[in-house]
Amino acid sequence: MMPDGPAGYPERSKRSIREQPGVRRAVSAATRTFDGGREAAWREIDAARWRDWLRDVKRHALTHLDRYLEVAERAMERNGVRVHWAETAADALDVLDGIVRAAGVKRAVKAKSMLTEELGVNAFLESHDVTVRETDLGEYIIQLLGQPPSHIVGPAIHLSVEDCRQLFARVLGTPPDATPDALAAAARAALRTEFLKADLGISGGNFLAAETGTVALIENEGNIRLSTSAPRIHVAMVGIEKLVPRFVDLSAFLQLTSRSATGQPIGNYVSLIQGPRGDDERDGPEEMHVVLVDNGRTRVLADDRAWEALRCVRCGACLNICPVYRQTGGHPYGFTYSGPIGAILAPGLLGLEEAMPLPYASSLCGACADVCPVRIPIPDLLLYWRERAVEAGLVPSAERAAMHGFAVAAERPTLFHLAGAALRAASSPIGRRSLPVLGGWTDERLAPSFSPKPFHRLWREGIE
Amino acid sequence: MRVSFFSTCLGDRLFADACVDAVRLLRHVGATVEVPAGLTCCGQPALNAGYAQEARRAARHTLEALGGADWVVLPSGSCTAMMRHHVPELFEGEERRHAEALAARTYELSEFLVRVAGVERLGTGLSGRRVAYHHGCHALRLLGEHDEPLRLLAGAGAEVVDWRADRECCGFGGLFAAKLPAVSAAMADAKLDSLPDVHFVTSADGGCLMQLSGRAGRRLLTTRFRHLASVLWEGVGTSVGLRTAP
Ligand code: SF4
Repeated sequence: MMPDGPAGYPERSKRSIREQPGVRRAVSAATRTFDGGREAAWREIDAARWRDWLRDVKRHALTHLDRYLEVAERAMERNGVRVHWAETAADALDVLDGIVRAAGVKRAVKAKSMLTEELGVNAFLESHDVTVRETDLGEYIIQLLGQPPSHIVGPAIHLSVEDCRQLFARVLGTPPDATPDALAAAARAALRTEFLKADLGISGGNFLAAETGTVALIENEGNIRLSTSAPRIHVAMVGIEKLVPRFVDLSAFLQLTSRSATGQPIGNYVSLIQGPRGDDERDGPEEMHVVLVDNGRTRVLADDRAWEALRCVRCGACLNICPVYRQTGGHPYGFTYSGPIGAILAPGLLGLEEAMPLPYASSLCGACADVCPVRIPIPDLLLYWRERAVEAGLVPSAERAAMHGFAVAAERPTLFHLAGAALRAASSPIGRRSLPVLGGWTDERLAPSFSPKPFHRLWREGIE
Repeated sequence: MRVSFFSTCLGDRLFADACVDAVRLLRHVGATVEVPAGLTCCGQPALNAGYAQEARRAARHTLEALGGADWVVLPSGSCTAMMRHHVPELFEGEERRHAEALAARTYELSEFLVRVAGVERLGTGLSGRRVAYHHGCHALRLLGEHDEPLRLLAGAGAEVVDWRADRECCGFGGLFAAKLPAVSAAMADAKLDSLPDVHFVTSADGGCLMQLSGRAGRRLLTTRFRHLASVLWEGVGTSVGLRTAP
């Protein structure tokens, strides 16, 4: 299911906190566990140096993207992969449609992929009479519930074990007191038949090594391995920002992404896919397609501030540590990518107006920048988009007027002190009603208590 | 040591007593304190909301008011971070050089006491006090202030109690608190709900204290919140001697 768009964030986040305390509990607990894992896994290595390295490799790849895309295309074609280019989501879905029609596909299995969420692949295929089954456990759960992912790495992070128990009891007939292991086993059994029946496996790609045309995928459950090798056709949808120059670069990226995402030295399974089944091979698909998707990325690349966000390896570390994300999970953001990275990607990928108010969904605490493995300066980019929003007139006019008034007063001490005194009067219970901005404050908190005399008066009167 | 003390706009109106205590502390460690006329606000509220032009006007005014101060001390980590990191970036040429030179001499109070005045033991006035310390995000990340306040508190006899969430954001974030009040309050709750049993919570940032105490008050919690400057002044206590760190 596609998310609803960012505009409703303020209302949805409030409702989530008020009406779904279980979501806040589940997300807070899971993100703390993830972040603790990351912290421990980073302590085992010289994380600072690794992060510099990854940042620099991605910077290089992105500033030479045209060249590496050509290198990648040639390598993949040499490997027998059919390469497609898609400028927009609609183009990508067209490519998929062509493949599905040509091969008469009726059933597809999907490996977890955020790009396919961004493109709306599931809804598209279902509307073209192709049955799609998500095979990542978390994705499977939210597909059954008809929800979009709530987290980049753990799509069902907002659900408790009890939520899953009830769902599986209803859908798969598991006992109402099944253990988490029993639930996973029931899902695995149900999915196994899906793998065998599917003609098409769709995956994303964590990285694409240009030199060798290798699509690299990290996972823990083995479903990606099966989705990309059991059906007779494999389609990998890969964002053009996923390129790394050389095969050896994968080594550092696979490891630091795993350490940042879940705290593992490396995922349980790493698939390095380099083409369809060869004549001398027993396993693998007959056909392999790679769809290189732009969908707004070159526009972001052309922006000399925003482009830094394209380094993202989708590890979710910034979500896990984000105190804003922790209160609600990803659904209120209304965009495929949530949390800090979602807030800086949305303006680039959707356009700023469409992305409002996500750049404001942050207290600018800076925790995300502490944990980003590719050192994206997320708080700086949030500020950048806020400045752009102000320039473009996308902010409330009352706020704009208040800020103008602030600047005028800040240059005139007497006026500033008068305004301070007025604010003090307004914070009294009677005055509060006349000042709506204090309303937002006092809905959730007591009004701040003003000092009987301001410091500048006390200073004038003499201290001690 | 000639110190220009900048109360900040929030300090002036909401933490006037703490500002007085900050002045006393600075004098106590041997500084001559001045409060330059005409100071208003550093411009941070505007900058954080995306209003760079408005922030520049406030910052320019602040730079002019501070002029060629020897040292600038603020009772706020986030306003100090604004002065040190963001203000210079708002300007070019001569103005930028002035802003940078001033930034290098601008300190948050506890940071100034430890790093510049070289003081760690103020007195024994806090002995027997169990204290939780909230690290403001900008003091922590932009000033790199990890243990200065803790050393001063412990040095004055306080027991600084472990608090799992001591480095997590309180949810204030300036205009953020008014734009997204429910999220902001839930963030404060995450801190309040993990608070250990203490006599009071303190912080170098008044904005965070206002947020946490406002939320605690609404929830009818009885926790006390006190600005670090007042707590440290209490730490000086009645002791006469002042020991300087080696
Ligand atoms: S922005 Fe950084 S921390 Fe966040 S998901 Fe991307 S790579 Fe991970």
